[in-house]
Amino acid sequence: MLTAEEKTSVTALFGKVKVDEVGGEALGRLLVVYPWTQRFFEHFGDLSTADAVMGNPQVKAHGKKVLESFSDGLKHLDDLKGAFAKLSELHCDKLHVDPENFRLLGNVLVVVLARRFGGEFTPELQASFQKVVTGVANALAHRYH
Amino acid sequence: MVHFTSEEKAAVASLWAKVNVEAVGGESLARLLIVYPWTQRFFDSFGNLHSESAIMGNPKVKAHGKKVLNSFGNAIKHMDDLKGTFADLSELHCDKLHVDPENFRLLGNMILIVLATHFSKEFTPQMQATWQKLTNAMANALAHKYH
Repeated sequence: MLTAEEKTSVTALFGKVKVDEVGGEALGRLLVVYPWTQRFFEHFGDLSTADAVMGNPQVKAHGKKVLESFSDGLKHLDDLKGAFAKLSELHCDKLHVDPENFRLLGNVLVVVLARRFGGEFTPELQASFQKVVTGVANALAHRYH
Repeated sequence: MVHFTSEEKAAVASLWAKVNVEAVGGESLARLLIVYPWTQRFFDSFGNLHSESAIMGNPKVKAHGKKVLNSFGNAIKHMDDLKGTFADLSELHCDKLHVDPENFRLLGNMILIVLATHFSKEFTPQMQATWQKLTNAMANALAHKYH
């Protein structure tokens, strides 16, 4: 899926990512930009405004958890389906999340990386990350039935 | 029909005022061609698209990106009637250019990413939500006359 150079550049950029901040920002932005996604997080408390969402400690904590999982995935770029098999079953059988939302979160993550890294987020890096988030979304959907 | 609140219109206008249309247009189109390489098929006449640097530096890509984004800027003045504003361009893209409307959504996402890289402070979650709504609405308007 990714060439050796792409893997190196993706890993290098992601090494600079503050996982707890970026995770929280990505999940927060998902909930703000695509408000129907809030239905999965009704127990998170106040999600009534963009500021409430972005400042919500449960959103931040869960965003961190999600991005840590993504980071793990980056160590298994040659077997994303294997790496995400259990999470895929969880999201299908227990959480009942429409897999389209994985693609949306992946796209939001790309926007967050673009915002934080500016010009450093070159078109080549964007192309590589787009492949990764698409791969992760597909892997998370793979066990759905 | 999509409705934009006055706050959303003001937010769009405030960011748009800072946009260098030539730079952002060229970069958005180039990123589309790089990140989604099949889109290059619509631009066979543009010359060298063989590498990322060739695409980013290609003068026809820059010129066409500017043209596309100028059209986008025109639509921003008519946010209450995007379908009407894009009617002719919709027919053109269907009847003459044969562009799959999914590509309008992809280009819209590229514009958002370029705005995010250029405007890290201004591109708040609310700003992102408003621009996502706008690019989705524009993509729908461009697809509206397809048959």
